[in-house]
Amino acid sequence: MKVHIEENSHVYWNPYFGGLILGLLILFTFYITGRGPGASGAFKSTVVTIVDDIAPTHAENNAYYDRFIKKGDSPMNTWLVYEALGLIIGGFLSGALSGRLKLYVQHSPKISSKKRLIVALLGGVFFGLGAQLARGCTSGAGLSGMAVLSLGGFITVISIFGSGYAFAYFFRKNWI
Amino acid sequence: MGPLIPNGIIPPEWNFVIAILIGIVFGFTLEASGFSSSRKIVGTFYGYDFAVLKVFFTAALVAMIGVYYMDYLELVNIEELFVLPTYTWSAITGGVFMGLGFVLGGFCPGTTLCAAAIGKIDAMATMLGIFIGIFIFSELYDFIEPLFDSSYLGRITISDSLGISPYWFIFLFAILAVITFYVVDVIRKRVKKVFY
Repeated sequence: MKVHIEENSHVYWNPYFGGLILGLLILFTFYITGRGPGASGAFKSTVVTIVDDIAPTHAENNAYYDRFIKKGDSPMNTWLVYEALGLIIGGFLSGALSGRLKLYVQHSPKISSKKRLIVALLGGVFFGLGAQLARGCTSGAGLSGMAVLSLGGFITVISIFGSGYAFAYFFRKNWI
Repeated sequence: MGPLIPNGIIPPEWNFVIAILIGIVFGFTLEASGFSSSRKIVGTFYGYDFAVLKVFFTAALVAMIGVYYMDYLELVNIEELFVLPTYTWSAITGGVFMGLGFVLGGFCPGTTLCAAAIGKIDAMATMLGIFIGIFIFSELYDFIEPLFDSSYLGRITISDSLGISPYWFIFLFAILAVITFYVVDVIRKRVKKVFY
C-alpha cells in the first residue's frame, strides 16, 4: 500500500482555485474575442484538413466538411487551432514544473495496458462524434455556453454528466 | 467597450497571439488541477474524487457572474457575445455520446491534449479516437443532418426559457453549486478510496 500512497501524493491545485482561474480565463476570452474558448474545434479542423488533402473532391461534396473549407486558406488557420496549440504548451509547462512528465499508459491495476488503450480509443470515438452533434464539447459547448447562459450549453452539460453517471456502472471494472 | 477585437479596440492581427496565450493558461490550469489523469477525472463518476465537478462548476459560475457583471458595468455588451445556439435534440444526443465517451476514455478533448502533452499514451489513443469519431460523424452527415438541425431554438438563454431574470438564475445557480459541493464532499467520505 505504501507505493500507492506515494503515487497519490501528486499535489494539484485546490479545485476551487483552479475553477476560479478557469472562470476568469473564460471571462477574459469573451471580453477580448466575443466568444469562449473550446477544444474540439481544433480536432475538427485537423480532420477537415486531412480529408481535404487526401480527397479534395470528396471533401467538397460532403456538406459537413464543405462548411469549414476556406478558399485559398488552410482550415487549420483558425482561432481554436492556435488556442489548442497553446493548450498543449500550457499542459506541458505545468507537467514539467511539477515533475509529471512521463511517457506511459496510465490505467487501473485491474486492467491491462492494452485494454486501457482500446477503451481510451473507443471513448475518444464517442466523444468526437458527440462533440460534433452537440456543436461543442465540455469546453466549447459546456463552459463557454454556460458562461453566457446558453440553453443549449446547459442541456449539453446536463446530458454529458447524466449520461456519464448512467453509464458509469457498466464500466466500473475499468476504473475501480 | 468589449468585446475588444470585434469592436476594433485591439487590432485583429493580435487574434492568434492571444489565442495561443489563452490556450497556455487554459492548458496550465487543466493540468495543474489534475485533469491530465483520467483516473482523477472519472473519480467524479465513481464518487472518489469530485475535482472535475468542482472545477467545472466553479469556472462556469465565475464566468457567468463575470459576464453579467461586466455587462451591467457596460464594459461588455452581452448582445455582441457569441451564445451557443440551441438545438435541443442534438444537444441531448451529443451529450449522451460524450458522457459515454467520458466514462470509457476518461478524457474530454481539452484534457486529452493536456494529458498527451505530459506523455500519457492512453490520452494519445483518445486523441486518435476523437479524430475517428469526427470522421465518422462527417461521413455520416447526410444521415445525421435531420437530427443535427432539428428543434432549432436560436440564440436562447436558460433564463429566457425559464422566464426568470438572468440575475436570479445566476443567484439560484450559485446556491445550487454550493449545496452540490457540500453534498459531494459527504459522498466522497463514504466511498471507498481509490489510489491512483
